[in-house]
Amino acid sequence: MARVLLFGRLADQAGWRDRAFEATSLAMLRGLIANDDSELGQALSGPGVQVAVDKTLVRGEAVLTAATEVAFLPPMSGG
Amino acid sequence: MITLTDQPFEPGALLTAFCAGRDETGAVASFVGIARAEQGQAAALELEAYPGFTDVAISDFAEAARARFALHDYRIVHRTGRIAPGEAIVFVATAAGHRREAFEACDFLMDWLKSRAPFWKKEHGPGGARWIEPTDRDRTDASRWDQE
Repeated sequence: MARVLLFGRLADQAGWRDRAFEATSLAMLRGLIANDDSELGQALSGPGVQVAVDKTLVRGEAVLTAATEVAFLPPMSGG
Repeated sequence: MITLTDQPFEPGALLTAFCAGRDETGAVASFVGIARAEQGQAAALELEAYPGFTDVAISDFAEAARARFALHDYRIVHRTGRIAPGEAIVFVATAAGHRREAFEACDFLMDWLKSRAPFWKKEHGPGGARWIEPTDRDRTDASRWDQE
């Protein structure tokens, strides 16, 4: 079970910002989200979107365990 | 010290508190960023942060600034949530032995905060809301420090 957080325009697009998914890897999680909402699935892989696992940026694949927090971060605007 | 807050804050009180009890500092520089009305085009700004990620990123960068400019101390307060025109968005104060380091560190911190800090900014105006990305000017300002 991973807790997924969306920020900025991704949350607006999805219509949610905090949801739980039964996924054991980032690839599986992306698949589940894309099945549910294919446009969101594409947006999560779009240009400039970064992924943080337990608040650390990751590139590529990651193993997800219980209570892992996955955040999808669109390009940051600065303050 | 870094604070993210969804409540309005009073910059003068922060500066007074930051200056208190410094008999070796010599120089404090400060900056206050204020939300603009843009002649009615901006009814409000909305800033989203990722708690536990945004504050850590700011803290890491501020510690790099401390080392680079030999700062004695710094104070950063940043608003999140909905911000009305005229309200302070950000307060930065730097303390150093001499003014040059204090001024430059304050400028350095602000350039990074404006262009690279992990916030997501939405502008609410008469025509609806839109997400904003850093301007070219913000990026150029921030990149000045990369070349040095």
